[in-house]
Amino acid sequence: MRVTVDSDKCQGHNRCFALAPELFDVDEYGTAVVIGDGTVAADLEDKARLAVANCPEFAIGIED
Amino acid sequence: MTDVYGPVSDWENDFDHAVPEYNERAHDIWAEFQASGCPVAHSDRYGGLWAPFTHELVHEIAYDTDHFTSQGVVVNTGRPLIEAPVGPAPPITSDPPFHNIARRLLLPPFSPKVIAAWEPEVRRLCRELLDRMGEITPGESVVDAAVQYAQSIPVNVIARMLGFPTEDEELFRGFVHDVLERINEPVEARLEFMQRLDDYLTEQIEEHRANPRDDLTSYLLGVEIEGQKLSIEHVRGSIVLLLVAGIDTTWSAIGSSIWHLGTHPDDLQRLVDDPEVMLFALEEFLRAYAPVTMARLVREDHDFHGCPMKANDWVLLPFPAANRDPAQFDRATEFVIDRQENRHGAFGLGIHRCLGSNLARLELKVAVEEFVARFPAFTVDGEVTWSVGQIRGPRRLPVRVDAIA
Repeated sequence: MRVTVDSDKCQGHNRCFALAPELFDVDEYGTAVVIGDGTVAADLEDKARLAVANCPEFAIGIED
Repeated sequence: MTDVYGPVSDWENDFDHAVPEYNERAHDIWAEFQASGCPVAHSDRYGGLWAPFTHELVHEIAYDTDHFTSQGVVVNTGRPLIEAPVGPAPPITSDPPFHNIARRLLLPPFSPKVIAAWEPEVRRLCRELLDRMGEITPGESVVDAAVQYAQSIPVNVIARMLGFPTEDEELFRGFVHDVLERINEPVEARLEFMQRLDDYLTEQIEEHRANPRDDLTSYLLGVEIEGQKLSIEHVRGSIVLLLVAGIDTTWSAIGSSIWHLGTHPDDLQRLVDDPEVMLFALEEFLRAYAPVTMARLVREDHDFHGCPMKANDWVLLPFPAANRDPAQFDRATEFVIDRQENRHGAFGLGIHRCLGSNLARLELKVAVEEFVARFPAFTVDGEVTWSVGQIRGPRRLPVRVDAIA
């Protein structure tokens, strides 16, 4: 599993960083970025899904 | 004070969110509109006003910066004097492409990591306010969680961030009340109190020019757009935004959350027993009791799903109603303390996402945590009064303390 952030959609709500700081970081403008290449370790898959389900801008995606 | 309109008897055709009944009965009014099949209210008040109440319509307008301008964001009897794309309080009153330029100046000081550093200070302030409540007798003492607690937290933090005297707290609340609640007074009255606010800010800005220091006012005086310092109007407008948007909103969110806990003992007990649930509870407070309804102005005559909107009509964006729309959320009208999927729009959606959302979240989280840590059992006991206008929250919130930690 890999997570992605669409930086055109991200408005800096900071929900993904709050829920899954192992997978997402934020830059100095508060825009979300994935950590590394976005690969999700098996024990973090639930957190990845949580981040998707809480992004108000639908900016986060999951690729299997 | 002169309300130029008076009471509402027909919510569908003579809508007015500034009558006290609206915020008192908001949850019922929204549910009635959402179930009615006619989810858009209209009114000739304020020179023309529309209010859609479904998630779908609110979202559509929030993302449509072509037909709807942000030049005015607080419905009132007048119209903004500084035109788009800058507007009177950039960036909240700005439209693209200027909006993004003005917004990027202010994003870094409100970014998550910069704001996180304020946590100890906010916690200290909350504890001090609780200490100031004096001797508490469990089962007997009644405190006002809005007046003695919630209302002082955001005003102190934003005054410190701006580098304004914190002893002017009462004055700031007065300004915010003027701007956000006295919306149905004659234009002349509004111009007069807006001038008072401008005069106060001009004085503070001059003082900062003479004595620059490490705060947001000095920061705004120092930053440049394409090699040019910001105009005094831009600096003052951005300070109006930070002051007005940073006070009533968070005060309301804290008050509504304490109101919820003081009327829902099971949820209070869950927070006491399982503080970790705050990660989800915080977002559910924000969803279920979102304090902020925004507004737009219609740019040119526009047919919006059959609504004949005219240029310069106001359009409300009731994000709090959208957050409780059963078409979008399961168990929409219930408070689910550990709701896992929660794409609420309490901070707005699209390019105008609340600039201060990280600060608001921090203040709300810490304020609720500290209140519950000090008073693990409490009950709303007495008459609660609510704000009027676009920001919804309790202004008097008597709470009987049933236990102290």
